[in-house]
Amino acid sequence: MSVLAKNKGFQVVTSMEEAKNPMSSKKIVYDTKDLNLWYGEDHALKNINLSIYENEVTAIIGPSGCGKSTYIKTLNRMVELIPVVRISGEIMYRERNILDHSFKVEDLRTRVGMVFQKPNPFPKSIYENVAYGPKIHGIRDKKTLDEIVEKSLKGAAIWDEVKDRLNENAYGLSGGQQQRLCIARALAIEPDVILMDEPTSALDPISTLKVEELVQELKKDFSIIIVTHNMQQAARISDKTAFFLSGEVVEFGKTDQIFSTPFDKRTEDYITGRFG
Amino acid sequence: MKSIDHNLVQKKMGSRLLRNKMAKLLFMLATLFGLLVLIVLIYRVIRDGAAWIDFDFINNKLSTDPERAGIMGAILGTFWLMLVVAPVTMILGIGTAIYLEEYAKKGKLQTIIQTNISNLAGVPSVVFGLLGLTVFVRGMDLGNIVLAGGLTMALLVLPVVVVAAQEAIRAVPGFLREASYGMGATKWQTIKNVVLPASLPGILTGTILALSRAIGETAPLVVIGIPALLIPLPDGIFDKFTILPVQIYYWTLDSALVAEYTNLAAATIVILLVVLFLMNSVAIFIRNKFQQRY
Repeated sequence: MSVLAKNKGFQVVTSMEEAKNPMSSKKIVYDTKDLNLWYGEDHALKNINLSIYENEVTAIIGPSGCGKSTYIKTLNRMVELIPVVRISGEIMYRERNILDHSFKVEDLRTRVGMVFQKPNPFPKSIYENVAYGPKIHGIRDKKTLDEIVEKSLKGAAIWDEVKDRLNENAYGLSGGQQQRLCIARALAIEPDVILMDEPTSALDPISTLKVEELVQELKKDFSIIIVTHNMQQAARISDKTAFFLSGEVVEFGKTDQIFSTPFDKRTEDYITGRFG
Repeated sequence: MKSIDHNLVQKKMGSRLLRNKMAKLLFMLATLFGLLVLIVLIYRVIRDGAAWIDFDFINNKLSTDPERAGIMGAILGTFWLMLVVAPVTMILGIGTAIYLEEYAKKGKLQTIIQTNISNLAGVPSVVFGLLGLTVFVRGMDLGNIVLAGGLTMALLVLPVVVVAAQEAIRAVPGFLREASYGMGATKWQTIKNVVLPASLPGILTGTILALSRAIGETAPLVVIGIPALLIPLPDGIFDKFTILPVQIYYWTLDSALVAEYTNLAAATIVILLVVLFLMNSVAIFIRNKFQQRY
């Protein structure tokens, strides 16, 4: 009875949120408010305001140097590896500010997985690559690890290709397989969000297609933010698109709308290939 | 009108090619000079010493009688010395390298430490001998035992190991660290699981090369007072000892008194060179075998 009541209460709250936010019934994962970022004197991100919803694919497009990679690397604070970075503003992840230093980066990165531009498996076996994340988070039990490895490799649609060679070095895989292995490695930490920084820019068209199909599969369980150079890719796979230019968000909205009837002239120029 | 006159170019071609050949010859001679001296040295030590190398020479203790003298004491002394030098330099050297490369904030302090490590590598070994004498032999009152000599030698080669380890750690590509950090690993987990395994071959190669330098060093141990007397074979790191290059030094010094000492010194040089050659081969083998291509 009490459980039911609780559930009911929860339902009500959710629908109230829905009422307040008619644009989407989904919850916000990342809410960026007035984000500014400097590399030394270089103002790389200017007053960014973006809301990213769960179980969606959000694409970030824009010409080289527009700040799109910097932005995605701020979402898991990877950007702090560069010593001269200064950041102001707020990035609320599930209603907690990740830029607040009480939020430990290790904790954040356990919830937010990342796939990089160039496939970067460790020079270890396929199994060890996927088991790396769970191991550093304290899982020692062989059976649990086996299960996670299998589940993650299946999740990244590479299980059938590697199941008989789990103990071989990951460097023996093709570039496309390596990238899917890296996705499996990110899945193994059971994240909430997956950040992808131009994940197909080093891959051939067939491998790219496989990764794109995979992204469609993954969005059922994860929220995905993908930086891409390729506008067709953004149009094919994303629900929302943000167009960055010179460190600013020029336009953010539903992908269909952005690619059919952009509000801003600069967005139109970019997606029709007039520059960039 | 072309600015390059091809007839003129053709006319001067001969002298240009000649000068090129002369340059090549000059540089080849420079290379050969060092090699030639080495060959002369090796030829002479083998001529003087080879006949003296037999089982007894290696197995016997030191003796005033050249016919019965052997280098077992020096071999054991070298062995025990390395047993001190190797772990001490590896622990201190790798630790320093990890701190400087991974933890230390890039700034003034780091630059000062870095510069001093490079300077330390250039300090003459006899100065390290004095340091060892002051700190370990007298300061800590260890006496001239293996441990004191080993610690002195460890300090001597430490800068070389630090720099080699730093280079190996720096050569680990950033994307491997990013992958590890990206999954929520701490710095130490990343170092332990990614950086060290990837840089270990380079670190080992550098360490072995540093050890082979330590094996050949004479001055610091002469300074801390290695006895030229007949001493019992060392049984551990707390015994008095002698090592191969010091043995060579004393035999060469006394060769005016006993002519055969020249041959004994030459024979010991051959043994020392063989040991060095083997160590360097191991280092090269490790480097080639485990070198990771990313």
